[in-house]
Amino acid sequence: MTATAGRARSDTAQQAPRRRRPGLVIAGAGLALVVALLAGIWVGALPLPPGAVVGTLFDRLPGVDLSGGLSATQEAVLLQLRLPRVLLAALVGAGLAISGAAYQGVFRNPLADPYLLGAAAGAGLGATLVIAYSPSQSLGPVGVVPLAAFVGALVGVGCALALGTAAGGSHSATLLLAGVAVAAFLAAAQTLVQQQNTDDLREVYGWLLGQLGRAQWSDIALVLPYLVPACLVLLFSGRALDVLAVGDDEASALGVHPGRLRLLVILAASMATAAAVAVSGLIGFVGLVVPHIARRLVGGAHARVLPVSLLLGGGFLVLCDLVARVVLAPAELPIGVVTAFVGAPFFAGLLWVGARRR
Amino acid sequence: MNGGAQVEVVGLSAGYGRRPVLESIRLTVEPGGWLAIIGPNGSGKSTLLRSILGFHPHQGLVRIDGVPTTGMHRRDRARCLAYAPQTPVLPEGVTTIDYVALGRTPHRPLLAAPRGIDRQVVADVMDRLELGALADRSLATLSGGEQQRAVLARALAQQPRVLLLDEPTASLDLGHAQQVLDLVDRLRRQDGLTVLSTLHDLTLAGQYADRLALLSDGRVVAEGAPAEVLTPAALRLHYGARAEVVVGPHGPAVLPVRSANRSEA
Repeated sequence: MTATAGRARSDTAQQAPRRRRPGLVIAGAGLALVVALLAGIWVGALPLPPGAVVGTLFDRLPGVDLSGGLSATQEAVLLQLRLPRVLLAALVGAGLAISGAAYQGVFRNPLADPYLLGAAAGAGLGATLVIAYSPSQSLGPVGVVPLAAFVGALVGVGCALALGTAAGGSHSATLLLAGVAVAAFLAAAQTLVQQQNTDDLREVYGWLLGQLGRAQWSDIALVLPYLVPACLVLLFSGRALDVLAVGDDEASALGVHPGRLRLLVILAASMATAAAVAVSGLIGFVGLVVPHIARRLVGGAHARVLPVSLLLGGGFLVLCDLVARVVLAPAELPIGVVTAFVGAPFFAGLLWVGARRR
Repeated sequence: MNGGAQVEVVGLSAGYGRRPVLESIRLTVEPGGWLAIIGPNGSGKSTLLRSILGFHPHQGLVRIDGVPTTGMHRRDRARCLAYAPQTPVLPEGVTTIDYVALGRTPHRPLLAAPRGIDRQVVADVMDRLELGALADRSLATLSGGEQQRAVLARALAQQPRVLLLDEPTASLDLGHAQQVLDLVDRLRRQDGLTVLSTLHDLTLAGQYADRLALLSDGRVVAEGAPAEVLTPAALRLHYGARAEVVVGPHGPAVLPVRSANRSEA
């Protein structure tokens, strides 16, 4: 140690301001998202010429008059089917990935995902209940299934938080166990309802595996008011999560309230998850794995992991949805199957490469 | 930096559930002093430190330069007291410099980016603790001694007036333990920091601290200069230990003596 002291001192001046290229990674992730969005719009059962698509989109802007050259059918496909679907995929992926990163940070647990505290089980129960028993398909412009799933997810997380807080304050281990108990109970209730109504089995399964095939502009309008504020709160909480990462005692010694911070982050992440689940069903894997990929790229500091997760998650889900539409066209794969099929090998490869480099 | 503060603990009692662990503790550490809390396992050393920091529910008062900590805002307390726990949580994938920079938390708004002064303080502290070469290394790849230095650096980046260290040498071998304690002693002398630590190694406690408080069954049974507290009689009574105390140039050293009755072993 003493031998290197002189060198250490001279290195400090150069190394202190240097960081691991986070700006570059964020820009790259943003670019990847844009490319994924464009690919998602161009590719499909009815291919749309890229130049004409861009022209038509610009034509929609106020004050711009640009003839795209798309036929009426192509324009309808673009504006009524392709565009809302691709945008919804990006929103859902971004919401699930940033929530996953936040959950992993808050629980200091790399296996945490956005469904951990009962959001998935609650949404599943809500959706199954209305699919089985609801007499009408929609309440005004909004479908009952998204509504029930949204409420179910929030109720699930709310129960877990209430139980955890009553049992042991705001310690992360107690919250985690409360989440496991609530999720198990709600999942059992969901299975029971499903067994009682085997006629609806197909629809329930379709919902549980995740689906973006029926995406409409109204879905986007439904999620935006919840997703945007939740994601903003999470993006700003990166530094707070970094402080939480050193443990509750030390975070207190650094002048913060670990319990309050944890609650705030959990509420925001759960809101984002509930909104995503409401319009897309249970799409697994995104919230678990995308944060890990982000961490490989920019290190463990949450101030960088959260925005990178957001961008990567959006792009990842758009591409998975693309694969789901194209592989068995005209039939579609459930997107939850694709996220796991595409994501698992990719992630395994990443782990392998990381282990070899170490 | 700011110079040390006086720490007074008055009538502090604490427990776990109904079981009392600390009873009416009264201690004073003068500015720039180093008080080491010693005592057998389970005597309440860590609980005392955590109570002083306000992490553990307790009765009684803690005063910093005469100001009770109970009314203090958490951030103000964090600017005054820095804490290094016995087993620090080292977050995964975080670089040494990012970890040390967490020490600036009480000095800036929680959501704000680090300012120039924050970066300056972090660079200075890392320079002093010879962590410069490790700045971009992940914490997990550092050795035990280097990690302990990183934890100390994070505490110092708080620019505290009092350093509370819970077993700073717990996981270190003798050489690294001495390096860490030498470092704490140097910081104390240079900045006038007040140090309050628990130490289970009695010889190290006797060598480095200028006062010792012996905790036994939740009470302070002896307090004073190391040579007054570390006596064979006290060690026999409170630790159930057979030991000789050898007086060295920098303080007493404790030498354990095996049982005379060899056949029993």
